[in-house]
Amino acid sequence: MTPPQRRRRYPSQETAEPHPTRPKEGPEGDTKAPERLYVVAGPDGERADIDLVTLIVARADPPPSATPEQTAMLRLCTAPLSVAELSAYLSLPFSVVTVLLTEMLTTELVQARAPIVRQALPDRSLLEAVMHGLQRL
Amino acid sequence: MDFKGSDTIPGPRTEDHLPQTAQAAVKIVIVGGFGVGKTTMVGSVSEIRPLTTEETMTQAGVGVDDNYGSESKTATTVAMDFGRISITEQLVLYLFGTPGQERFWFLWNGLFEGALGAVVLIDTRRLEVSFDVIGRLEERGVPFVIAVNSFPDAPRYPVADLRAALDLAEEIPIIDCDARRRASSRDVLMTLLRFLHSLARAKAPT
Repeated sequence: MTPPQRRRRYPSQETAEPHPTRPKEGPEGDTKAPERLYVVAGPDGERADIDLVTLIVARADPPPSATPEQTAMLRLCTAPLSVAELSAYLSLPFSVVTVLLTEMLTTELVQARAPIVRQALPDRSLLEAVMHGLQRL
Repeated sequence: MDFKGSDTIPGPRTEDHLPQTAQAAVKIVIVGGFGVGKTTMVGSVSEIRPLTTEETMTQAGVGVDDNYGSESKTATTVAMDFGRISITEQLVLYLFGTPGQERFWFLWNGLFEGALGAVVLIDTRRLEVSFDVIGRLEERGVPFVIAVNSFPDAPRYPVADLRAALDLAEEIPIIDCDARRRASSRDVLMTLLRFLHSLARAKAPT
């Protein structure tokens, strides 16, 4: 029995850009960048560089002026919690949580512990640490 | 959007809290066609019950099967299941997998940015469903390994035949697994980590 056959692809110049997840609008119109829906957080505003695995920790108790979303967020991250987990527990889309967090970082209600890996290849000591951790699993 | 209010929000169980010493997190993405076992793999190695995060996107209908040729925009929710493994008191590993359509998944802002690498989970009964996902990883330069989820009634191809069919370079590991088993899923992750380590060593040999 012969399996179906695939053809290999290679990194293209377009996708080798610093923001590969936001493809340029192509002439065919099929690579349009998605528009995210800001239902809770409003239509615009700068967003901090927040990753799915950025760890968030509360720095303060909810102030009286806090919105229900902010209060919920602060209660959740008394211990460090990833943005993905916050999104899951709050049942809010990732982009909405990102916008909420940007404001809370500005007002110093929360602290962000950034993900380490941003370079093309992670360093070997980090990979070794992960391997040792997995071996104990 | 219905926001439930802070009193009813379920949070992590006490035993699911990360230590205050947790400083940073890394991520691995598990990709593959629908129903190939991605969520099963996440669940089998995760220390927490897998959670789901989602993103809502609108995209021009062009190129979307259901609306091909229409001018309308479609809102798509891309859901992603994820799990967590504490590596040290400071370092946490997150695993992401999604049952959604891969074409949308690759639009997810930042999912592959900064990821250590990817596991492509395949089912030899439907090998071709993984072609697109592998191609997209190649285009983005995301390092990956192939894990063959061993379903009992799936055809078994010799590794060389699979490598040829998938048109993969010699150095890309191909490993059999049973995504339901923790030890087997752990071995897949170890295979990816060893592969990434060899790539890092090749780049910076000292």
